[in-house]
Amino acid sequence: MSQMRYLDKVATLELGIDRCVGCGLCTQVCPHGVLEMTLGKAAILDRDLCMECGACARNCPVEAIAVKAGVGCASAIIYGWLTGKEPSCDCGGAC
Amino acid sequence: MTTESPCCPPRPAAKSATGCCEPKPTEKTESCCPPPAPSSRSRRLPAQETTDCSPTAETACCPSGPKNDRPGYRLCDYVSGWHKSPVGEVPQIGSRLTRADLLGRWQMRWGIGRQRYQVTPGLYALGSPDASSAVLVSANYKMSFDLLRRSLCGRNLWILVIDTRGINVWCAAGKGTFGTEEIVRRVKACRLDELVRHRNLVLPQLGAPGVSAHKVKQGCGFSVSYGPVQAGDLPAYLDAGFKATPEMRRVRFGTLDRFVLTPVELVSMGKISLWMLLALLVLGGIGPGIFSLSAAFSRGGAALLAYLAAVAAGAVLTPVLLPWVPGRAFSLKGALVGGSLALPILPLLGSAIGALNCLALLLGSMAVSSYCAMNFTGSTTFTSPSGVEKEMRRFIPLQAGALLIAACSWVGTAFL
Repeated sequence: MSQMRYLDKVATLELGIDRCVGCGLCTQVCPHGVLEMTLGKAAILDRDLCMECGACARNCPVEAIAVKAGVGCASAIIYGWLTGKEPSCDCGGAC
Repeated sequence: MTTESPCCPPRPAAKSATGCCEPKPTEKTESCCPPPAPSSRSRRLPAQETTDCSPTAETACCPSGPKNDRPGYRLCDYVSGWHKSPVGEVPQIGSRLTRADLLGRWQMRWGIGRQRYQVTPGLYALGSPDASSAVLVSANYKMSFDLLRRSLCGRNLWILVIDTRGINVWCAAGKGTFGTEEIVRRVKACRLDELVRHRNLVLPQLGAPGVSAHKVKQGCGFSVSYGPVQAGDLPAYLDAGFKATPEMRRVRFGTLDRFVLTPVELVSMGKISLWMLLALLVLGGIGPGIFSLSAAFSRGGAALLAYLAAVAAGAVLTPVLLPWVPGRAFSLKGALVGGSLALPILPLLGSAIGALNCLALLLGSMAVSSYCAMNFTGSTTFTSPSGVEKEMRRFIPLQAGALLIAACSWVGTAFL
């Protein structure tokens, strides 16, 4: 089955190619193949597949990747709106 | 498919009640269990496979029980004995899952007993590992632990269980509990540098959102290799020299994967549904005579059935049919599924219940189904928080509006 796609043009993934040292770790940890290695550096292959899990940004040794990672759970987001806090999975109700 | 539930339990886990799995022998006791010997029925296989892992094979040499307990301690049923190591005696585990393990996994699919479903963090020996054996890191959610050991039949490895408060790898990584600090802490506490000659940890790939590989190395001297997404691919990964194929690094979300997540979606709608029941009974009784109890039950009861059908449409049917329902937003998919279920029965009921009630049924079904489907976003493997928030901002007003119109239409029919 081909990969499922969610909303387009919402992902906050940013790649600073100048800082990239070509270690390839981002391509190893991405669960959806968003990034690939081209000519010794990373490149974003398909930004709309990004689920903003943050694995790439967390594992980049030179902080060349930025993404606004967070909880993609509707109830957690509602809880965040109601309480004014960041959405989190400790929302007190079923997650 | 062996996907764990990606969503997290609501409450932080209580302190682990079972101290039973921590070996603290105060005197040197002889381990009653020699390393598991190949069963007489197993074939002699090359490499590491010396034990017959089929379901009909004899159990590991030491079934747990009073024989292996120590004064004041009782062994967890997945621990078969003690394995000697340079850092002391380490609980020895096997790859076979028992009926109790499978029952526990089924319970998790329904959200039952989450607090107890944990493994005490620390070091475990799968088979008879030594100083050159690989170290695999696991969350202390028992399903993660069971899926890991089940896939490593016949191998001799160290399993380092870190404290993720009973939460699975991916969810814990997102929260940071399957994280750099906890790994560094646990590696040092278990004295891994005295245990193994190498300096490598194998982590599940889905732990990456919470772990900074270079910071782990700085913190404890162990480098991180990210293993495959699925524990089932571990044998191939290990045999290839800690190398994963691109396919091993992808998360798939097939029909069965989605289906096993639906019970917990239903259970999570339980609390709201009780309030809904109350609301429907109260609204159902409203009429020209202010309030009628019989109407409350007959009208409210009918509305409740419609509500439950819409919940099933949004919480079960939409997730299962996900890739085939039009639209990218889950709220839209849910509305379409709910509407498609209500629409065909309207001509059948129309003359009996009237146009206003038909409108109420259609809009109400769509609104409830849409809301339930929207909540499934938290259980998927591919929705981004930015996308979910955008979807919610657009669709929650529509859901609320449709529900309001439905409620007004329905209550209004009592006065006509």
